[in-house]
Amino acid sequence: MKKILASLLAAITLLSGAAHANTALVLDKFPKERVTDLAALQNGAKLFVNYCLNCHAAAFMRFNRLKDIGLTDQQIKDNMLFPTDKVGEVMKVSLDPKDAKAWFGAVPPDLTLVARSRASGSGTGADYLYTYLRSFYRDDARPTGWNNLIFPNVGMPHVLWELQGQRAAKFVTEADPHNPAKTEHKFEGFEQLTPGKLSPQEYDSAVADLVAYLQWMGEPVQNQRARIGVGVLIFLAIFFFIAWRLNAAFWKDVK
Amino acid sequence: MAEMKQAPAGASAGEKLLNWVDNRFPASKLYKEHLSEYYAPKNFNFWYFFGSLALLVLVIQIVTGIFLVMNYKPDAAVAFASVEYIMRDVPWGWLIRYMHSTGASAFFIVVYLHMYRGLIYGSYRTPRELVWIFGCLIFLCLMAEAFMGYLLPWGQMSYWGAQVIINLFSAIPFVGPDLAILIRGDYVVGDATLNRFFSLHVIAVPLVLLGLVVAHIIALHEVGSNNPDGVEIKQGPKDANGHPLDGVPFHPYYSVHDIVGVVGFLICFTAVIFFMPEFGGYFLEYNNFIPADPFKTPPHIAPVWYFTPFYSMLRATTDQMVQVLCVIVGLAAVLNLIKGKGTGQTKMAGLVGAAVLIALLKVFEAKFWGVAVMGGAVVILAGLPWFDKSPVKSIRYRPDWHKIVYAVFVVNFVILGYLGVQPPSEIGGIVSQVGTLLYFGFFVLMPWWSQIGTFKQVPDRVTFKPH
Repeated sequence: MKKILASLLAAITLLSGAAHANTALVLDKFPKERVTDLAALQNGAKLFVNYCLNCHAAAFMRFNRLKDIGLTDQQIKDNMLFPTDKVGEVMKVSLDPKDAKAWFGAVPPDLTLVARSRASGSGTGADYLYTYLRSFYRDDARPTGWNNLIFPNVGMPHVLWELQGQRAAKFVTEADPHNPAKTEHKFEGFEQLTPGKLSPQEYDSAVADLVAYLQWMGEPVQNQRARIGVGVLIFLAIFFFIAWRLNAAFWKDVK
Repeated sequence: MAEMKQAPAGASAGEKLLNWVDNRFPASKLYKEHLSEYYAPKNFNFWYFFGSLALLVLVIQIVTGIFLVMNYKPDAAVAFASVEYIMRDVPWGWLIRYMHSTGASAFFIVVYLHMYRGLIYGSYRTPRELVWIFGCLIFLCLMAEAFMGYLLPWGQMSYWGAQVIINLFSAIPFVGPDLAILIRGDYVVGDATLNRFFSLHVIAVPLVLLGLVVAHIIALHEVGSNNPDGVEIKQGPKDANGHPLDGVPFHPYYSVHDIVGVVGFLICFTAVIFFMPEFGGYFLEYNNFIPADPFKTPPHIAPVWYFTPFYSMLRATTDQMVQVLCVIVGLAAVLNLIKGKGTGQTKMAGLVGAAVLIALLKVFEAKFWGVAVMGGAVVILAGLPWFDKSPVKSIRYRPDWHKIVYAVFVVNFVILGYLGVQPPSEIGGIVSQVGTLLYFGFFVLMPWWSQIGTFKQVPDRVTFKPH
């Protein structure tokens, strides 16, 4: 019996390690602590409204939910909304899907849940977005003039380019170690062509704030959820002790 | 008409009321038969928690389901948005939704462990065959319930998972294509499919499921529970009142005992809900956070984890595998001819049957046999009471090498599940083909292997160490 259990456990541990091992993206780690940092989330919300919300909607996210990250209705009205919008509305976009299709080749996806849907075996959705927004480079072969290292031939141009500046990607051609007849195109590094408004460190930090916001928007209740969870588990731990002793008290006479 | 009983003189108002009810409805009788005087063996161990836990999860699913339906909209245009509405705008909606989504996976975990318990302690043996068969039907209902429920959030995996599974039905000869259209209500998965799946998920299947659960418990309480020793306590010594000495009343002994199991389960269950509701993409798949798009097929479509062992067996059934099956059927017929115990007539019948089966294997496409294998893998469980010919019920008194057979079966099932999550690969394909043969071999060869070996002496009384 114990042997069966042990082998079962061993198999499960093996599996959980190997799950989703089929993707091979190497992603940078998103600094997770930003998701609980209200200043970072507010900055991220500002960046989102200024840069993303022109083309991407967040159709399940209400503006007034931003109160959860410390903004007031008045602040939201003054900084985030057009005068005609109401604070209880969702983050819609005025871009015509037909125009979008013609301009970018695809309709820009809704971003409400992007941090959840982009998770994979390679990392969390936030890791993906954090890497993606820092992997744009100049590519004149593309209609927009931009390409992305982890989303090759992406339809979106580098919207944050004025913050980051323009960069080129350096590639070298190397022989494939597994197949000498083939060569592979290998990325070697970025080269800064023109400076941006922000230094590279400041840019990374701004992107981290933006991704923190996207992560929070995917599930606005996530921080509260974990806090409640701690209380629930403490309650259940006490309850477990009581249940265990109650059971022992009832069973002590069973011979 | 039954005799009207009088409440004893000086009875309290409560006793009088109960007496009034008992004269009209068997309230006290039911309470005694199923709780206070249902004698269960006193040697239940860890594995016996999962029956009551399955009942708990069923209640969780029904109650959370009721609240979800209050805000969910079964309409292809707004279904996805209504789920996000529940997650964001409905007070505590996120908790209800996570309880339901985690509950679906938890249901399969506890039911798989519950079935495993039955398997190792021989709980399906005489006189508990019907308990087991009702259980198999519950498992079947549960699979239908889970499959149809998974379409409702209307995400990419909901949509394409349903598309793939419904297309399987079209592989059935003659009626397949029409059957697939009947299930979908359309030529592709669409609004009509969503509506009928909603109806089936919310009312039709749960009604059947509840009925079967009642039948499962009534049948169990008629014959009494098995135990880890496989000893029949009703045939053992009895006390002055005629109750088995090795049994204890379910209430209060097992009611307080099960509370421990319930709280232990809730600790794991709430840990998932509050700290990892997606469970690494296994309980809520990442792709399902993208609304269903009939024009964009995801690169890798896999069913949710609890279906993957069976899905692996489906994928394993290729043309090559069908050849192997033909050879196996042929060999079995020849073996029966040479070494079988039957008369000449039954041997000839076996030979003809095998020839027909091989012909059918060759005539219909492998895709159909894949569906047959997948269905067969579930249905074959019901035959267990008749496959097992061992002289003892419990694994405790079986030859040691039987334990290895069970271990191989379990590990094989887990490996099949793992492979079903992965995209198809050459090695994975071969492993799952071997795994499929092992899975079926375990059952089909059981009448033979289960009687071989040196069995240990089963004690007269259950083994019990007082707490």
